[in-house]
This record gives sequence, structure tokens and C-alpha cells, in this order.
Amino acid sequence: MNSKQIDEPANMVPTDRRAVLKGFGAIGAGLVLGVCLPVTGRIGQSGAAFAEEAGAAFTPNAFVRISPDNTVTVLIKHIEFGQGPFTGLSTLVAEELDADWAQMRAEAAPADGSKYKNLMFGVQGTGGSTAIANSYTQMREAGAKARAMLVAAAAQTWSVDVAGITVEKGVVKHAASGKSATFGELANAAKTIDVPTAVTLKKPEDFKIIGTDVPRMDSEAKSTGAAEFTIDFNKDGLLTVLVARSPVFGGFVKSFDDTEARKVSGVVDVRQIPTGVAVYAKSYWAASKGREALKVTWDESAAETRSSAEIETLYRDLAKVPGKVAAEKGTLDTAFKNSAKVIEAEYVFPFLAHAPMEPLDCAIEADSSKAEIWAGSQFPPLDQMAAAQVLMLRPEAVKVNTLFAGGSFGRRATPSGELAREAAECVKAIDRKYPVKLMRSREDDMTGGYYRPFTVHRLKASLDKDGNISGWDQTIATSSILAGTPFAFMVQGGIDPTAVEGASDSPYQLPSLRVSVHQQSTGVPPLWWRSVGHTHTGFAVETFLDELLAASGKDAVEGRLALLKADAREAGVLKAVAELAQWGRSLSDGHAMGVAVHQSFSSYVAQVAEVSLGEEGLPKVHKVWCAVDCGVAVNPNIVKAQMEGGIGYGLSAALFNAVTLDKGRIVETNFDTYRSLRINEMPDVEVTIVKSAEAPTGVGEPGVPPVAPAVANAWAKLTGKRVRRLPFAGRDA
Amino acid sequence: MAAFILTINGREHKVDADPDMPLLWAIRDVVGLTGTKFGCGIAQCGACTVHIDGQPQRSCVLPISAVGEAKVTTIEGLDGTVAEAVKAAWVDIDVPQCGYCQSGQVMSAVGLLSETSNPTDEDIDAAMAGNICRCATYVRIRQAIKNAAGKVQG
Ligand code: FES
Ligand code: FES
Repeated sequence: MNSKQIDEPANMVPTDRRAVLKGFGAIGAGLVLGVCLPVTGRIGQSGAAFAEEAGAAFTPNAFVRISPDNTVTVLIKHIEFGQGPFTGLSTLVAEELDADWAQMRAEAAPADGSKYKNLMFGVQGTGGSTAIANSYTQMREAGAKARAMLVAAAAQTWSVDVAGITVEKGVVKHAASGKSATFGELANAAKTIDVPTAVTLKKPEDFKIIGTDVPRMDSEAKSTGAAEFTIDFNKDGLLTVLVARSPVFGGFVKSFDDTEARKVSGVVDVRQIPTGVAVYAKSYWAASKGREALKVTWDESAAETRSSAEIETLYRDLAKVPGKVAAEKGTLDTAFKNSAKVIEAEYVFPFLAHAPMEPLDCAIEADSSKAEIWAGSQFPPLDQMAAAQVLMLRPEAVKVNTLFAGGSFGRRATPSGELAREAAECVKAIDRKYPVKLMRSREDDMTGGYYRPFTVHRLKASLDKDGNISGWDQTIATSSILAGTPFAFMVQGGIDPTAVEGASDSPYQLPSLRVSVHQQSTGVPPLWWRSVGHTHTGFAVETFLDELLAASGKDAVEGRLALLKADAREAGVLKAVAELAQWGRSLSDGHAMGVAVHQSFSSYVAQVAEVSLGEEGLPKVHKVWCAVDCGVAVNPNIVKAQMEGGIGYGLSAALFNAVTLDKGRIVETNFDTYRSLRINEMPDVEVTIVKSAEAPTGVGEPGVPPVAPAVANAWAKLTGKRVRRLPFAGRDA
Repeated sequence: MAAFILTINGREHKVDADPDMPLLWAIRDVVGLTGTKFGCGIAQCGACTVHIDGQPQRSCVLPISAVGEAKVTTIEGLDGTVAEAVKAAWVDIDVPQCGYCQSGQVMSAVGLLSETSNPTDEDIDAAMAGNICRCATYVRIRQAIKNAAGKVQG
């Protein structure tokens, strides 16, 4: 079998739609309906904001609303948590509509899988860096159809032929008759035009807006404190809720005494829910003090009470023998038998918390027949379903309003809908009498579960007498993220693709290779963490390869290029970054450069890090050069911003972060112990975007994987020590 | 419970609350201004930064009983040449990503430029290191501060 290509595993891109339907069987009907349904006349169950204005406005499809005031609003099916879909998806519509950027508006789409599903998941949701990739054609078609209808309306109104009509910057013109009108002026007439079945989209060379740095639509609101996040949500009678949860995973309430808690001024009620004891109060502070005054006895008899050292031993032992084979080619045995040299290494990766800046929160209001949620929901239909189950409502009776989210990095994409479920339990437990805003303190957020799984890699490679890599044997021990979720159908042949992505699909042309995996769950809930499996596979592959190249005296860039196919996009970014960083030039004393290249979510990123010995025995990263190939760069400025952010986020984890357990209790509970990169630790970043006419792919995650190995490879040059354990801080512990 | 008079953004607000309630929660939950954010509650992240008599401070660890007659300014009440220059610089180069930390970043940056009109990289590090951005928008924060300084100086 050849090196198995698992295409974009973490994108959750099932190529077989039946697989999707099977996987999402529980989610209900409506998943396969067309996505460009005309909205007028069938609105009202969802998308209230859209519905309210639909009367006056021209709504050619579920994504575009053109109002008489000449604004064009795009309904954004992906959550905005910084990666830029409000701006990006609006850009795609504006391009084909030939709109003026100034007239564009964006608004979060409601939960409605029939209209707003992610075309790569089959269900509405954001993740796997898919927002632009799955919207590229869909949003352009939405814009092109709206344009065609406006043109037809103009032709009808002016009694002229459509052929003589042009559209530029939001103005429809007929040169021969000298007539012209804005979109807003044509909105009413356009309502009676049939939706065209087919439209021709522009060729990339004709793009006017795509590929330019249009300003982000959310920058002003986010620079003035005006942007509304879930934590800011309020309404009459709303109570803030904090829940006392088990200090260990798998524990539950045995008994509790709320006498003192109820005495705290501002506390309104205390109720038990399945996940703990909920304190309802008029302010966060009152809820917090009320919770402190609670006395809860926990039943920990079935809980995970191991410490990190035991969990580490478990995975290290597993990785000692090969697991389920995810990719295999050539004959490893022969390679090792005939080798001139064998090199082995073991890599240990800790649990990681996402620690989004806004601690998790979710507001909900319910009565006996319906409910409404306000949250930074990454999978609106899953949250809708979770709340509906708890409240015994039909999913359609639960309206989900997606607000801006203060970061996620994967954390808000819980397949279980745990946050919405807990919020629903909270509102149910007080008999749906008040709207509630479930909040989490930073400590709740850090200890509440869902981490990048603890992972161990064992690598063993053979070099032949000429120093070429002849065999590569990689064993991964981790826990499955997908097992037991609605995405479990993606586990094929017992292998969770998110455990091996980035290793089993290695682009390096090696004569023999085996990548195998052990998946062993613990009581610690696993979840995707910005770039998922690539967080560890990228590091293991790129540092081990670097070590092998160094062992045979090869240059890190040239050596990699020699192993890549000439037309590999990895080779393209590698060459680009080498040029940008002037790889090979002499550096200041005590400085060294390291390089890494990695594909994730079908985007290709290479980075060079310049590093010196910093304080506390840690690397000081001076600068990172970055080359990215993400196909057409819809908004180059946002692509660059995502590379900068990915580098900072990845570096933060590589330098400082580990979540550890002491008898099942999470030790790192806030930013004092779970240290975050700060401005004085942020390297300079220089990004180049490799020109491409390929369809665009994502940029939210792919900037992350290369930074840690690039820094570790520089560190090895500087100190002679290979980094086998992350984070850098405390790795000798 | 006790009644405190807090001067926030030039207006007096009567706040009936426990003396130990942090100013952050009085601002958000009692007065109802939500631009000031909560990120850690232990003076580690800077999301809750406000100005107390013009000085950036972490409102999550400042009890309302300790505020006294000091003038509290939140992001909503920021005005003046420096503040306008900072906000404009932020928008101009699209600093925010998720945006959640940015109120605090802007408050710290305005504090810095009000004292130091032409800050060095070290000045920026010292003034801004208390503000975490999990989206790591730091490269642009640094640039925006420099751009704003240039604007203010003309
Ligand atoms: S919330 Fe005050 S410093 Fe983090
Ligand atoms: S912009 Fe997201 S935390 Fe700073």
C-alpha cells in the first residue's frame, strides 16, 4: 500500500455524502436541501433579523439582502472569532455582485442547516479552516445571481436589452439610453424576477475586490468596545449562573448544602443540574460568592483520578510497539537490516487547553414551547439539538443567535454541544422562569475539560551508506477526538484521521515508511485544538527529519527539497521562505535559524525562525519568516494576520503550555500558571503569500504547525540539544 | 451591601453592592457598560483595564470600596486626541482578530501614549506586557501604537 493520502482529515470533509447523512442521522432532516432557496415567503422560523427586513428588501437567496437604503447585507454562515469570515464571505459576494465595498454589511446567519450548512461537513458549522474554502463558489454564486436579477430588473424597468447593461461599484447602467440606478433603487423591481438557475462566475484575472486588502468589517466595533460578545448579552430579568462542577472528570454531586450560598446578597436561587450545582444571581460577583459559599460533596468513585505521570507512562508504553497501521509503503525490515545508521527518538506532547480570551459562556431563554440561545456557537445545529433534547422541544423551536466569540481555537466546537446543554439544564432547573447567562470563570474554563490530547510519538529511521533516509517508522499514541461524537463516522478502519494527519500523508518521498497509531481514551475529554493532529505530527515529523538531515550533513532546506516532488506545493513555500529569510546567510553571534514546512487543511506553510538563548533557559525568538500557499488569497491582509496569530498561538504553547493533572485535578487553572505569550515575547513576523490560482483554502489553523518545529530546529543548532518534549519550559521536570 | 458613588466616564453612578465587589463587575453588571471585559479575574490578562485618574489599572482586582472619588474611565468614555489617534490606528491596520482583548489593549495604549508621546519598543513592552492577546495580534498592536504616536505628534 502506498503512503495513504487522507485528504484534509480534520476539515471533516467526507467526500461521500451518504457518509455524512449516516453520520448525522441523528441531526434530522433538511441537510440535503439546496442552499440557495429563495427566502421570501418562507421565513420566520429562523433568521428573524433577516425575516424582519425581508419585506422591504430584495432577498435573492439565503445569503444576500439588498435594502432600499442601498445596503447589501451578507448573511454569514460561519462564526466570526477573529479569522475574518464576515469580511471574507462578504468580499466573495461583493465581487460577483460588482458592489461598492462601502455598501456591504454582514450579519451572522441563524441556525438553519438547510440553508447554511458547511458544504464540507454537511452540517452548519465552523472548523477545519473551511470558511473560505467551502464558501468560495457558493458565495460568489449568491452574488452573481443577485447581480443577474438586478440587471434583469433594470432591463425590464427601462425596457432595454440586458446585453447593454453594465454594473460597476453598485451602480447599474445602460449607456445607450443614459439610464442608471443603484441596487437600492432596483431592489423592489428585482423581487419579481425569477432566480436564474445558472450563472457564469468571473475568472480570477477579472477579480476587482477578491485579492485586495478590503478593511475588516468588524475592526471599528472591536476597537471601541462596541462589539457584542455573549458575555455582554443582557435582557430583562436575566440571571448570571455559575456552576460548581466536579473537581475531577467523571465525578458527580453526592450531596450539597446551599444554606450559606443563599444568604449571599444577589443570589436568587441554587439548583442541582446533571453537571453540578448551579448558582443563579443578579451579577457575576454574587454568583461567584454564592458558589464559594456552597458546600458540595462529590462522588469520585468512577472518576479519572490519575496524575499526569501515570498518563504519560500509559502512552509511552503504548508507543513502544506499532499500532494500527495508517500508512505503509516499501519494506521497512529490509531498510533497517541494510542500514548504515539507525536513529530513534521519542516525543512527548502535553494536554493543552485552548484558553480563548473570552471564557466560555452561553445565554438562553425558554418557555414551554420554545427556546432561544445567544452564544458564540461553532456548531449551531448541534447546540440547537442539545438544548432541544434537554428542554423536550423540537430542534426548530430552539433559535440560535450566533454572537461574536472572544476566540475559540477549537474550544467552542464541542460536538456534544456541552455548553448549550448545560445552559439548557440551568434554565430548565429554575422552571424556565428567567433567562439565564451561564458563565465560566477562567478557572472553570481551564479545568472544565476538552484538551488537545496527551500524545507520544516514537520515531525510528534508517540511513543508508550514502546518508539517505531508507526507512521511517512512526508510532503515535494518543486518544481519539472523533470517537463517540457525531463525527465518529470519519474513523475509518479503527483509525481516527485526526490522530495521524500530517504524518500518514507525509509529502516526503521516502522508500519505506510506516505510520501506526494507538488510540486509548482516558477520563480527560479530548478536543481539536487549533490545527488538531498537526499540532503534534508537524512537530515530530519536522524535527525528526531535521535531525536525520543534520546527521548526514545535509542542509535543512536543500535536504527537504530533495525529498519533495519538484511540483509539490510544500517545495514552493519552502523556497519562498528560504529566499525571504535569506536562509544560509551569516547571523549575529549566538543566533541560529531553523526551518519547518507543513501542509494542513490543504494550505501549505513554511516558516524560518531566528532564535537565540533567552531568559529562563528558554529560546528567544527574534523573528519568524513565513511563506503561505492557500490558493487564491481572498484578503491578503487577513491571510497575513492569521499567519501572525497562528505563529503567536503556536509559539505560546510550544514555549510555555501544558495542562497537567494531580490525582485527576487540573493544576493549571489561570494565566498565572498557564502562561500566555505576551507582547515582549512575540517575534517580528514577515509573511509572503505564494501566488496561486487554485481555489482558496483555509488560513485559520495552518500557520500554527510549523512554528514549534522551526524554533526547535534552530534551538538544536544553537545548543546541540534536540527538543523531544514540549513545552520548552519545564521539559526537564 | 453599601451604597457607593462611582464617577465613571464623567457621570456619577450610585452602586449598591458589597464593598468587595470588583470595579469590573460594578461597571459591567451594575452600571451596564460592557466594553470592559473579563478574562482572568486575577490581574493577569488586562482585558479589564480601565483608567483610574488617567492611569491604566486592572478593574477585576480593585474593590469598589477602594475607588473613592477617583475618576474611572472605560473604553466607552475615552476621548481626546490620543484616544482618537489610538482607535483610528487600530482600525487602520485591522489590529483586532476576535477583538475580545482589544478594549484593554486600547486602554493600555492610550495610557502609554498619554505619558510617553514617542515610545520605544521597550516602552511598548513595559506598558503592554500586562495585556494578553490570545489571538496574538501583538505585531499589529506594536505597529498601531507607533502609527498613533506619529499622528499625535503630527
Ligand atoms: S480580568 Fe482583570 S486582568 Fe484579567
Ligand atoms: S484579538 Fe482575540 S484575544 Fe486579542
